[in-house]
Amino acid sequence: MNLILDIAWTHVRARVRQTGFAVAGVATGVGFSIMMAALMQGSQDDFTTRLVNTLAHITVSDERRTPPPQPADTRFAAAEIHGLTPEARRRGIKNPLATMAALEAWVPGAVGPSVKTQAIIRYANHDIATNVIGIDPRREARISDLPKQMRGATLNALYRATNAIIIGDRLSEKIGARVGANITLQTSTGAHIGAQVVGFFHTGVRQIDESTAYVLTKTGQILSQQTGLINELRVRLKDPMNSRAIAARIENDTGYKSVSWQEANEDLISTFIIRNIIMYTVVGAILLVASFGTYNIISTITHEKARDIAIMKSLGLSEYTVRTIFVIEALIIGLVGAFVGFVLGYLLCIALGSVEIKNPFIDSDHLPLAYTYTHYLLAGMVALVSSVAAGYQPARKAARMHPVEIIRGAT
Amino acid sequence: MSTIVEPQAGQATVANATPLIAARKVTRILPGIVPTTLVHDIDLAIFDNEFVAITGPSGSGKSSLLYLLGLLDLPTTGEVLIRGRATVHMDEEERALTRLTQLGFVFQFHFLLPEFTVLDNVMLPMRALARLSRGAMRSRAAGLLGSLGLGDHMSKRPDQLSGGQRQRVAVARALANEPPIILADEPTGSLDSKSSEQVFELLRDLVKMQGKTVVAVTHDLALAARMDRHIDLLDGRIIADEQHHLATTGAR
Repeated sequence: MNLILDIAWTHVRARVRQTGFAVAGVATGVGFSIMMAALMQGSQDDFTTRLVNTLAHITVSDERRTPPPQPADTRFAAAEIHGLTPEARRRGIKNPLATMAALEAWVPGAVGPSVKTQAIIRYANHDIATNVIGIDPRREARISDLPKQMRGATLNALYRATNAIIIGDRLSEKIGARVGANITLQTSTGAHIGAQVVGFFHTGVRQIDESTAYVLTKTGQILSQQTGLINELRVRLKDPMNSRAIAARIENDTGYKSVSWQEANEDLISTFIIRNIIMYTVVGAILLVASFGTYNIISTITHEKARDIAIMKSLGLSEYTVRTIFVIEALIIGLVGAFVGFVLGYLLCIALGSVEIKNPFIDSDHLPLAYTYTHYLLAGMVALVSSVAAGYQPARKAARMHPVEIIRGAT
Repeated sequence: MSTIVEPQAGQATVANATPLIAARKVTRILPGIVPTTLVHDIDLAIFDNEFVAITGPSGSGKSSLLYLLGLLDLPTTGEVLIRGRATVHMDEEERALTRLTQLGFVFQFHFLLPEFTVLDNVMLPMRALARLSRGAMRSRAAGLLGSLGLGDHMSKRPDQLSGGQRQRVAVARALANEPPIILADEPTGSLDSKSSEQVFELLRDLVKMQGKTVVAVTHDLALAARMDRHIDLLDGRIIADEQHHLATTGAR
């Protein structure tokens, strides 16, 4: 093996410029792949984090996925029932405190109650449909990032006034309400209350910031016209990626519709999958193009070294040995290219991360980048595999050279 | 001094011994639109400690025969035997190993690997065989180079040596694994007369002093006349195979 390595190393070292170009090709491919993956993954992570931090990881609502079975179903095994009006049930989660206690016993995270209702905010000639969520400010810190997303006030401001309300900053801009503004909330069932704006929040998700408002649970229940109503339990997990499985178990245990953040944003998640397919295709194409350089250099070396190959074979080196020499050369180019590419990729990420941007759709001043070893590992592996694949064909051809033809040609 | 004999007649003196290399009805035809016959129906036996010259005009099949004997090429029909063992059914790996252990090649041009030092070039076959420790290989290669008067040039690269020195390095490389057979294709063809003489002496010493068998293709009839045995080819056929009984006794 030492002999093979020696010969391979000598060949690539003797062609500094050609080898340098091939290495540069692989390194550029690896570097830009890492940068691109960091950017794509970073923006995805940033968006997901914002989404995860803004929304509850799991929302347990007082709905059920399938309507409850009718007595006729269970009593007579009815095949079909016509003209049935579903039974009117009392809204809300039954025994919310007991349900929460049962969930807190095993759910790895925190559970908080809320009252969710739809209302129209009326202020200064504006009528805006809004999700009004009644919360317990003391529990909220455990189940959402709302306390961190407050602007100019804390959640405790909800205790400051009767029917205090906190609205999204974009909503406030829309209706022109400032802190202290008295707005009106009206529901479809005719409830009608006045509320005072005590603060704003900013999540960074436009849809939420312009159509959500928070009030105290009590206020929410008044608006819903139902004392003691809790129609939503929000769960925050230590690991949001487990949401699907835990949501399924909650639904199984309680019977209530339990929606993970992934399910709630399924369309976005599928967009990410398409985005990733595009990303990996482009990254693969970059590395494939880089491997052409490796193919070129190994082909050139085998062509130039035809006489040496003939000599080695005449001395008694086997086809396998000769082939391995050139595959190792491709591997050396791939390895060096990958390592140089790692450095290049890291520097590109730093450079890209330092660029200041002003984009109304992104909160951050800088591009979000993900630094993860998996990008390096993946790009490095693809570079190595493509280099070896590129080198194999010329290596095979070289190993099959007939020494006599070359020796005759040389003489 | 020499007598022309029929092909194979020269082998009668050692008829009972197993030939070191033998060709049996060997024909090599190059395929193509017009197939070319390189050697035709060759029967030949070369024994231990022989110093054999193969001569003939250009295109007579001298080198082709040497490559067939050295397992670098495969006969179209017939077979080559090394120490009585047929090689026709050997796979590529086995032929490579036979070349590595039984045969040493010296070509008209030295064919040394240009990026390696003289010492590394000589060590190459030993490293490919990997039967000795690195130290033992180095020591053996240094000994070989020293015995050929190249002890001071071991760390040089081939392009820093003269033609004669390079050819001596090539001989040292051919001897690296102590093969019993040395096949030389025009070993003096690219050298001046002084270097030619040195290389010839070297090959003759291998037979005389070390008991090797040397088969050399040459154009130089004067040189061929100084060898033990002289095989003459024409149009791919052996037309003469004569014994001189000179070289191994040191006569010129």
